[in-house]
Amino acid sequence: MKNGGGLYAQELRRDAAREKLALVALTFPALALVAGIVLVPVGWLFALSFTGDGGGFSLEHYSRLVESRSYARVFRTTFAVSALTTLVCAAAGYPLAYMLSQAKSKTANWLMIAVLLPFWTSLLVRTYAWLVLLQRRGLVNRWGEELGLWDEPLQLVHNLGGTLIGMSHIMLPLMVLPLYAGMKSIHPDYARAAAGLGAGPARAFAGVFFPLSLPGLSAGAVIVFVLSLGFFVTPALLGGGRVIMAANRMQTDIELFFNWGAAGALGAVLLALTLAALYAASKALKNDAWFGART
Amino acid sequence: MVRGADMNWFAQPVSETQITRRGRLWLYCAGALVMFFLVAPTLIVVPMSFSESRYLEFPPRVWSVLWYEHYFNSREWLAATATSLRAAFLTALLATPMGVAAAYGLAASGARAGKLIFLLLISPMMAPVILIGIGVFYAYVKLNLNNTRTGLVLAHSVLALPLVLIVSAAGFKNFDMNQERAARSLGASRLRAFCTVTLPQIRFSVVSAALLAFLTSFDEVIVALFVAGGENSTITRAMFLALRDQIDPTIASVSTLMIALTTLLLAAAQIFGKKPDS
Repeated sequence: MKNGGGLYAQELRRDAAREKLALVALTFPALALVAGIVLVPVGWLFALSFTGDGGGFSLEHYSRLVESRSYARVFRTTFAVSALTTLVCAAAGYPLAYMLSQAKSKTANWLMIAVLLPFWTSLLVRTYAWLVLLQRRGLVNRWGEELGLWDEPLQLVHNLGGTLIGMSHIMLPLMVLPLYAGMKSIHPDYARAAAGLGAGPARAFAGVFFPLSLPGLSAGAVIVFVLSLGFFVTPALLGGGRVIMAANRMQTDIELFFNWGAAGALGAVLLALTLAALYAASKALKNDAWFGART
Repeated sequence: MVRGADMNWFAQPVSETQITRRGRLWLYCAGALVMFFLVAPTLIVVPMSFSESRYLEFPPRVWSVLWYEHYFNSREWLAATATSLRAAFLTALLATPMGVAAAYGLAASGARAGKLIFLLLISPMMAPVILIGIGVFYAYVKLNLNNTRTGLVLAHSVLALPLVLIVSAAGFKNFDMNQERAARSLGASRLRAFCTVTLPQIRFSVVSAALLAFLTSFDEVIVALFVAGGENSTITRAMFLALRDQIDPTIASVSTLMIALTTLLLAAAQIFGKKPDS
């Protein structure tokens, strides 16, 4: 149909092109907003991260990231907290998702409320709840003493442990949702076939069900890890100044020192790590489970 | 012998996934524990907020609404609540039409650049929020928008936009664009066809998207921490700063009210955001 068509072929084509442009133009207000509020300012911040105190191009902010011991500690903390949170979420989320995937779908829908209720509750409210529960005179310490588990109030919060409890609680729904979706899509015939071929229950699980649930598990792990990398509120409130993650350091750089370059450099590294993790995951898993998880 | 039979019974596979009865029992225990871990901390705040003690007992020895009185008598808390509600409402009002228009444009045009545009529009969801917060703060210093309502609403709209886009794009995916073509071939303008044919069919997605935009703004802490100071402090910002200094029991009542609002909105989403036939 290249040169074909009737008398008006050209006009029709031009009309179609114009209409297409008009439709694409509907995305422009949104694009302008994202560009003006996020893309340009963040790009600007990155430009500042390559600018030295003298004003010219310089890598001093980045070399400080590599050389300074305090930044090295920030990176270590960020990685350790994110990795441990992912591990706790995987360990706690797997049995729950497995149970939900085994239940009848009506029951599962009801039990799902337990996952969705915290998912939709404000992060700040949940962090606050842990602060109240774990403090020196909090409920956990009181019950622990009454049950005779320990005599003195334990330091449960304002440290790494408290941060991990809070972050795992906040991230757990994001692990369970993709994991559950993944397990739901495993056809029961596979396990039945394994049993038919003589595998015992343990073997059928380890050899068939578990490997098939890995895509969901990795999708959940990537979401949890990536979102943990950028965490700010929970370490700030439950870490008691002892758990300084990248985001907390960026905030201090701005609030106390107005050091845009330093914050920008750290932000650029954080973003690069985030995108690298997302990219690696999208290569490894050819599904879009993480978009499904948030909607 | 009986015991042996019992053990056998426990070791039998019970479902198609071949889990044994014993395995399933362990699974139920583990699952119930994890569910308790998920639900209990948030729910326990509710009765605690009615306790009279500064240390928020559970169960409260003396029930009282003391901390609610504190909240309702505090000008700062009430002003912050009003700011948050207003910002959330305006965010939903701004982000929803923008996101729906963009989703419609992408769905109807089938443009080659569509994927790139989609990626750009959801980029605020993928970047660490702290980075956006600092970037916005920097831009607002230059634009003199810090601590203004306009600035806060614009920033929150950007954060809400990806969710609106994804939810309404899902709505358009289930909608047959040919219906709109039929309406237009019968003489309706594109706008009229959209309003009378398309919109009524995707209204559930649009309502869900608007509620999500509202919640995104209402629950947002980090960007507000940077750009919502002074008179225009949001409730989350006020909570964060109060928690960083000391634990003010008034926050228990604020939290309870926030949980109530979220639950209400989600119930509304369940009722108005779902297709009647699904």
